[in-house]
Formats: sequence, C-alpha cells, structure tokens
Amino acid sequence: MSKGRFGIHGGQYIPETLMNAVIELEEAYNHYKDDPEFNRELTELLNEYAGRPSRLYYAAHMTEDLGGAKVYLKREDLNHTGAHKINNVLGQVLLAKKMGKTRVIAETGAGQHGVATATAAALMGMECEVFMGKEDTQRQALNVYRMRLLGAKVHAVTSGTATLKDAVSETMREWTNRIADTHYVLGSVMGPHPFPTIVRDFQAVISREIKAQMLEKEGKLPDAVLACVGGGSNAIGTFYHFIDDKEVRLIGCEAAGRGVNTAETAATIATGKLGIFHGMKSYFCQDEYGQIAPVYSISAGLDYPGIGPEHAYLYDTGRAEYVPVTDEEAVEAFEYLSRTEGIIPAIESAHAVAYARKIVPQMRKDQCVVITISGRGDKDCAAIARYRGEDIHE
Amino acid sequence: MNKRITDAFKNGKAFIPFITCGDPSLEVTEQLVYAMEEAGADLIELGIPFSDPTAEGPVIQEANVRALNGGVTTDKIFDMVVSIRKHTQIPMVFMTYANVVFSYGCDRFLKTAAEIGMDGLILPDVPFEEKEEFDEVCKKYGLDLISLIAPTSHDRIRTIAKDAEGFVYCVSSLGVTGMRSQITTDIGAMVELVKQEKDIPCAVGFGISNPEQAKKMAAQSDGVIVGSAIVKLCGTYGERCVPYVRDYVKSMKDAILFTAKP
Repeated sequence: MSKGRFGIHGGQYIPETLMNAVIELEEAYNHYKDDPEFNRELTELLNEYAGRPSRLYYAAHMTEDLGGAKVYLKREDLNHTGAHKINNVLGQVLLAKKMGKTRVIAETGAGQHGVATATAAALMGMECEVFMGKEDTQRQALNVYRMRLLGAKVHAVTSGTATLKDAVSETMREWTNRIADTHYVLGSVMGPHPFPTIVRDFQAVISREIKAQMLEKEGKLPDAVLACVGGGSNAIGTFYHFIDDKEVRLIGCEAAGRGVNTAETAATIATGKLGIFHGMKSYFCQDEYGQIAPVYSISAGLDYPGIGPEHAYLYDTGRAEYVPVTDEEAVEAFEYLSRTEGIIPAIESAHAVAYARKIVPQMRKDQCVVITISGRGDKDCAAIARYRGEDIHE
Repeated sequence: MNKRITDAFKNGKAFIPFITCGDPSLEVTEQLVYAMEEAGADLIELGIPFSDPTAEGPVIQEANVRALNGGVTTDKIFDMVVSIRKHTQIPMVFMTYANVVFSYGCDRFLKTAAEIGMDGLILPDVPFEEKEEFDEVCKKYGLDLISLIAPTSHDRIRTIAKDAEGFVYCVSSLGVTGMRSQITTDIGAMVELVKQEKDIPCAVGFGISNPEQAKKMAAQSDGVIVGSAIVKLCGTYGERCVPYVRDYVKSMKDAILFTAKP
C-alpha cells in the first residue's frame, strides 16, 4: 500500500508522469515544515499580510434568538482575500518558491482559491494561471476580474460539466504538461498524497486558534464545531486540533443542492460511494459503472463530487458527522446571519450556519458551538438575489 | 506473461491502435477491430470510456463523451468482446481509468475480462505505488497489467521495469494524449534502461500520428501505439470511419514493419 493513507482512503492515483513531482513535493515539504526560518516567514505572512489570528466572535443575537447553546463564529471571512483559502495558499506558494518554482497553477470553483493563489503569486513574484469551469466564470464573474487584476491568466474550462471537478482535471493535465518550473497549488484537502496532508497542516491554524480562543473566553473546549464541506479544507482546519478531544462534536455540512433524494445534489457522504478519482481513494458521487456524477449546488465552492480522504476516514470511524444542507436552507441562513449579526457569510459557510440553527436550540445554555465562517458573502449577493427572483447587476 | 501479448511482438515492429469503445457505436467498434487486424494491427487497445479521463487530450476526451452519451456501459462492452472473440484471436487489452474497474469490483471485472478473452489492462491513473491492488487480481486471472514509464520517470524506470508484465508502455512526451508535431524525448535511452532490467517489449505512445514519426519511434523500440489520430478519424467520419481507419492502420504498419531492431 502506498503512502498518504487515512484508513483505506488517500493514496496517489495519478499518471506516472507526475509521480516524481509529488515525490519531490513531499520531500521538500518534510524538510521545510520543521524548518524554523520557513515557519517564521510563513507566520509573518499569515499575521502581517493575511491578518491572522482571525477573530472568534460571540454571536450574542443569534445565541439569544436560538435560545440554546452559546454561538461563536470563527471569522475566516475577515482574512485578506475574504476566505480561509489564503492560509493554505501562502504556505504552498512559499514552499514552491523555496523549491525553486517560478510558476503556480490552480483550480478554482467559486473563485476564492483562485483569487488567493493569484494574490500570493503577485506578492511573491510568481507567474500564475488559474483554471475555472466556464459555468463558474459566469457565476463568479467578479472573481475572474479580480484574478486578472492580480496578474493571473484565467482559463475557462469547457470540458465535462464545466465546473470545479473539470477545473481540477484540467489543472492536473496542465501540470503533466509543464512540471519542471511549475507547482500545482491544490486548493483543498484532496488529490494525491501529499496534498491532503499539506493543505490540512496549513489550514490547521483555524482549530489551533479556536482552541486557544475558547479556553481564553470560556475556559473550556466547545461542545461542537461546524464547518461546510466540499473538498473539505476549512472543515479539516476547523476539526484538526479537536480530533483527539472526543467530547467535541465535529460536524461537516455538505451541499445537498435541491435535496439528497434528487439528482441535483453534491452531498458526497449522503449519496456517494467508495471510488478512485482525482488522485485519491475516497467517497464520490458516481453511477453504478463508476462514471462520476454531474453534481449540483447553488454554491460553486461546494459543487464537487468527492470529499477529501481524511474526511472519508473520520466518517468511517464515526469521529466526525456529515450532514446534508439544501440550497434553500443555506440561502435562508445567508439571509439570517446578515440580518441578526450584520455578517454576510459566503453561501458555502451559510451551509454550516443553517445546520447550527437546527441543533443549537436543542442544546443547553451552558454549552458552546463554534461555526467557521469560511468566507465572506459579497461574491454571492447577485446569485442569491437571482435565487430570490431579483435581478441585480454587479 | 500472457501468451497472446508476447506473440504480438513477433511480427516485426508491433503496431498498436487504440479506439474508444462505442464511438460512434459498439457495432462500428467491432468492425474496426476486424478491419485493423486485417490492416496489420498486432494488438488492440480497447478504451472503456470514463466521464473524467484526466490523462487524455481533447480528441479522446470528446470520444469518451460521445460514447457515454450513446449509452455505452462496461457490461455492453463485455458483450461486444464476446462477439469479437468468436471471430478473431488478436491480442486485446482494455485501457480505462481506475474507478471503472474499482467500482465494478476489481475481482468481478478482471474475472469477466479473462473469461471473455481479454489479455491485459492499462490504467493510466495507477502508478507503480498503487498497482498491487489491481496487479494481484490480474495475475490471478492471467491478464497482464501494463506498466507505463514517462520522460520524467528517471530512476523509477528500473523499479517499474523489474516488475513489468506483457510490455512496457513508454510515454513519449510530457502532457496528455494527442497528436504532436515533434517528439523530443530520448526514447532510445528510456528503452535501454528497461532492457537492462528485464527482457520485455517496449512500445511507444502519446503524440504519434504519421508514418515518419512511427518509423522513428519504432527504430528505438519494439512498437508504436497510436490513439488520438485514429479516434480523430472516428470522430470525423462517424459510422463511415471503418475504411479510413483501415487505410490509416495499414500505412502505419507498413512504415514500421521493416524498421531495424534497436
């Protein structure tokens, strides 16, 4: 069995052409992750450039309204570029620079990872190309402009369903074409080893901070932490330092689209089965012959037919729970958080807010939950207005 | 080693065409197998279409979409092979992606493949490190799991060659499948590394489309593999593609037949 396994999940299911590249990446990462100079530079970037640590905000109105556990929001939306994606990107682009790479490529769904990659590339003087499903370039036109403004070249991917999975496939193809000077900045805890581990380590700062902030504010650990899950990078970041604290419930909120009983869903744990795709063994939405399903969610960032291998393992072992949240519930939560707390969450993060609204009232007042607000919702306003039948122009 | 695959390399330099099953239809795929054999093909790669073929360029990606939209499934392809095997003993291997085999059930897939007379399997998204799970089952049923080496493989070539069965698939260039105007990799050096480790045929694929390239690649190896150029004919001529593919295969086999041994 190969390296990079989480139980039976993970591995390195990629063309031979890329094998030496991922081996080189693993060696470089193993060297730099314990290198004090690398860590000093990364911490400085995270703090001075991205604005970490992010706030743990007590949502008093939401707490009062729901009438159960105390609700805290982990404000990843306040990071530079407006989402948690910057945590991973600063780490990977710095690593790529140390490896002597001069060009980075990335896939993007909603555009947040693409914008973060373009930002880090601009900061560190790297050439940058981003692959984005054509459908998503239309759903998220503002982010396409932001990437171009930051100096990146954006490719609209027309193959397959022209969404996130096709953007990942096309970025992999581009990497096999040009490896020597190029690093693939994978945006989630997925793909071949060592990506799920590298991305998790760079996102683990979220739970490290939550833990310290909760101990400071409440003198105890939270009873539950919630995050939305597509590939699962902000969720694994939210869970990681609580995995050994068995009393903390870990809840991942999947995009159910129009419902798990319809074909228009992206809820992998609820509707998928074990498979091999995009470099990893994990759960995937697929038909009986293993053809990957054309998934759907209102959220471009969760519109992916798979889930990272470590999540698949946390599900297998029962350590984490994964729950489906529909478009309608997410949109209601998007509006709810805006109204009650004056915080417009990304439609992705709104999936976690929606599930919190269900469980918080069932909990005791001396309990606490933390919801990770993985990104800000400005990018979604036009789409949500359209969903509500209002046509606004950006 | 599978005997039919070994025999495929006994008729001078081998010509190995690839077609996507069900493009334009399984009936035409079956006719293409007979026509390509008649035109001199030594071994045929039958592609089982996959929704997201990450190692393929646009030509074969589009063929996969056409075939899947036409309703092709793994079971229907198995039925087609049963029909083909009533007429010919030409060596045949499946080329597909890991999830197609895995989701069918690795054992069930390979048991069926062996029973209907397939000789081997190529999985471009299964490198040496992940092959055991598939290779054990291939060996159980007498099929060869074909190993690939790439221009970036370097020190890995020896390790891969040592364990290889059937033939070694030498990927000629970086990137995905598709026609290229030039191939700059030193194929001869890759083949030599393989042969130092194991006496096994080496066939070169990716980017080869015309007789001149085929001749040049065959001079440094034991055979050439051509996919996109043939699949392009299938895409262009649809139901009428058989004679065009036959003529093309004949021109390629003629070009390499009398190439000197490396």
